[in-house]
Amino acid sequence: MQTLIFRTTAPFLAALMILFSIFVTLRGHNDPGGGFIGGLIAASAFMMYGIAAGVQYVRRALYFHPISVAAFGLVLSATSGILSLFEAQPFMTSQWTFPTIMGVEVAISTPMFFDIGVYLVVMGSLTSIALKLEEE
Amino acid sequence: MAFEFGGGLNLVLATPFAAAVVAPYLKKALGHNSAWLLAMVPAGIFIYLCQFIGTVATSGHGVNITPIEWLPYYGIQYSLFVDGLSLVFALLISGIGTLIILYSGGYLNGHADQGRFLSFMFLFMGSMIGVVLADNLMTLFIYWELTSITSFLLIGFNHKEERSRRAALQALIVTGGGGLALLAGLLLMYHAGGTMEMSELLGKGDVLRDSSLYVPMLLLLLGGAFTKSAQFPFHYWLRNAMEAPTPVSAYLHSATMVKAGVYLLMRVHPVMGDTALWTTILPIFGGVTLIMGTWMSLRQTDLKLTLAYTTIASLGLLVMLVGTSNETAITGAVVYLFAHALFKGGFFMIVGTIDHEAGTRDVTRLGGLRRAMPFSFYAAVACALSMGGLWPFIGFIAKEEIYAGLIGTNAPALFLTLTAVLGNAMMFGAAFVVALKPFIGEAVKTPKHAHEGPVLLVAGPVALASLGLLSMLFGDFVGAELLRPMANVVHGHHGHLQIGIGAVHVNFAFMLSLMTIALGVGFYFKYEAIRSTRGVLIRFLGEGPDSFFDIFIAGLVRFSARTVRLLQSGNMEVYLAATFATIAVALLVPMIAFDELPDWPTMPDLYIYEWSTLGLAVVGLYALLVAKTRLTAIVSLGIQGFAVALIFLLFGAPDLSFTQFMVETLSVVIIALIMNRLSLKEHDKRPGPQIALDASLSILVGLGFCLLLMSVTQGTFNWHLSEFFTEYSRAIAHGRNIVNVIIVDFRGFDTLGEIAVVTITALCVHTLTLGTGRMARKPKAVSTHPVSLDEATSGQKGAE
Repeated sequence: MQTLIFRTTAPFLAALMILFSIFVTLRGHNDPGGGFIGGLIAASAFMMYGIAAGVQYVRRALYFHPISVAAFGLVLSATSGILSLFEAQPFMTSQWTFPTIMGVEVAISTPMFFDIGVYLVVMGSLTSIALKLEEE
Repeated sequence: MAFEFGGGLNLVLATPFAAAVVAPYLKKALGHNSAWLLAMVPAGIFIYLCQFIGTVATSGHGVNITPIEWLPYYGIQYSLFVDGLSLVFALLISGIGTLIILYSGGYLNGHADQGRFLSFMFLFMGSMIGVVLADNLMTLFIYWELTSITSFLLIGFNHKEERSRRAALQALIVTGGGGLALLAGLLLMYHAGGTMEMSELLGKGDVLRDSSLYVPMLLLLLGGAFTKSAQFPFHYWLRNAMEAPTPVSAYLHSATMVKAGVYLLMRVHPVMGDTALWTTILPIFGGVTLIMGTWMSLRQTDLKLTLAYTTIASLGLLVMLVGTSNETAITGAVVYLFAHALFKGGFFMIVGTIDHEAGTRDVTRLGGLRRAMPFSFYAAVACALSMGGLWPFIGFIAKEEIYAGLIGTNAPALFLTLTAVLGNAMMFGAAFVVALKPFIGEAVKTPKHAHEGPVLLVAGPVALASLGLLSMLFGDFVGAELLRPMANVVHGHHGHLQIGIGAVHVNFAFMLSLMTIALGVGFYFKYEAIRSTRGVLIRFLGEGPDSFFDIFIAGLVRFSARTVRLLQSGNMEVYLAATFATIAVALLVPMIAFDELPDWPTMPDLYIYEWSTLGLAVVGLYALLVAKTRLTAIVSLGIQGFAVALIFLLFGAPDLSFTQFMVETLSVVIIALIMNRLSLKEHDKRPGPQIALDASLSILVGLGFCLLLMSVTQGTFNWHLSEFFTEYSRAIAHGRNIVNVIIVDFRGFDTLGEIAVVTITALCVHTLTLGTGRMARKPKAVSTHPVSLDEATSGQKGAE
């Protein structure tokens, strides 16, 4: 789609959407959001960027192949469940820790990594499909 | 799951598998001499097993090894036990295994894939020891199947040759199919006997025999045993398995794996044998296999095939003997099994050495090798003496016991005795054909200049051949400590057995032996004449099932091709119509049949903005129906989707609404992209009947879902889960967003499965669209099968 306004604004819009998708993913545990929605937003950002600028730019910006991103996400989700085995608890029992980083209490947990894995799977899979279809 | 290695035996059993991993690297580092080092593994197992000899022989019952739990609810666990029967088998497997590994080192010296070969051999060795030591029926089954799989790998080792591949596949299909029958049989045993442990089943007396399931149980077990032990009419796979390198034939297809079937029969004999069915089926199949095998063996010119057919015959003899359920005959079978493992393993290795050093194993092209290969010659003669059942070799005792057990006055006994005499005589002839013909007479010019093989090749056969004699010299030990405990386990009594040089009794059995030898010498001298006869019946029996196998496989392929053509028309419209019709039937028929239609609801009390959102959805649908072009239709569908997302938002499901917005957006974009790639016409024109069909299908599916939702909401709702999640979401999962907590924590395992599906879908799409870019596709665009819009769009919708 060769319109000047779209092409100029698309990178900024895409960057904002990615940022928003990360925000949505991370806040998902307490407010509407989560890895699945975040992944969908990120995928649509890449899709839009691809329509505006061309697929090769998206591929370059992504650096990794989207399928690899999805696969990594799947591995991350699966391994996040293994941690509990070392605590002699069943597979995927959630583990929580609340360290204080720079004076702020941060909640780090295995469900968080699991959700990030979901995010990467959804983003990678849909981006892979979309880019493939957009490719001329 | 606790991985405790209760007994050292569990650990010992793991060593062949560990050796399989390191073998290729060792071979790379040390060349073919790595065999010396690798042979330490089976040698170590052999020595370890020797410590059980005394315990098993004196106590008279088995030693149970601490099991490793697996699925305790079903009684499935990893458990081993050692008794007289399994111990002798395990000793043979590890002992002969040691010699075979050494032999493989010499035989495949210089072969590029020797490391892989050794690796397969160790995998097989571990599986085979597992089969004979397994206590739990499922442990037994898994090891049993592992031997089939490793055998497949070994037969197909020369995988570049079509014959090898066919033989490997055939062996896998026959023995693997038998394995399935065995599994069913073992499960019936579990059902009837109430325990998965073989050692416990053996103590149950007549429970299995009296079970109403005895007949199917026995037939299924025999299906497993007969295929594995190459009984007629399944014998052909063993003949074709000779495509494998000779160490494989020597080890798997003579000394060990093919005896797994006989092992199984011996194992279950105390609790399932000695019934009318048992003493009918086994002797018949065993006897036919014996006669067919020996006769076919005399007709071969390839030494390896001669041996292969005598192996088939020997297995037939063993099955026949076990089938008599006679104490002495079974003792004979036990001694014969032991003797056979020694002389046949040795024989195969000698033939391999001849092939290796002279360049051929065709008996008509060999002769006068005795000067060039003296050690092989003496070993071959020793093996032949044992195989022919001549004093002072162990085979002599076996034959005496067999005859003593078979002799009887009734008609079946007489018939079996005659069968055994005839079979043994032909076996005698075949043995000396292999042992003498290549070595004596005038020296014949062979493809390679023949000379004695290296020590790695000669050590094995010489050791096995001498054991045939040594086991007689140490007959007291072999008899009392090894074979008598084994025979006791099989027939369930404390019988007697005398082995030794002095164990010669002139009785009726001895007369039969003399008769056998006389006949055997005759067969030896008439060998050329037998080879040129054209026995139609025996050819049909011997090679007929092999061609039947081909017919069967070809028929199977044709049948599946036809079924696929019927079910997979390749037309997207048909698939989708079938899918949606099925959904409509599944939704509507039960509701109507069980009279569960929901009540007509009262008009809901809605705010104006709620009404207008609903109106938006209706407008979207209307636009879809009247859309002139495909693109408009897709976008209109999007309007309807957004309206639904708005409704979710209004009724307090922000997460759902959020996702619905994203999914709607993405699917509109993706469908538009797909449409762009398919060469479709801009307009979607369908004939009238097609429209009627599509419309009625859509209305039916829509109606079905509508009624389903209505009846669900009208039923009483179980708040149990909702309350649980509301209560615990914050408390134990530290999250206020219940939906997300459910997705990533409470039901995280579901999500893991779902994202795996998403990834696989992406991979499939990636593969499907490879090379279908516009550039690659353009030249063919004209010939492409026309695809209409609804195929693409509804396909995408359906996939969501």
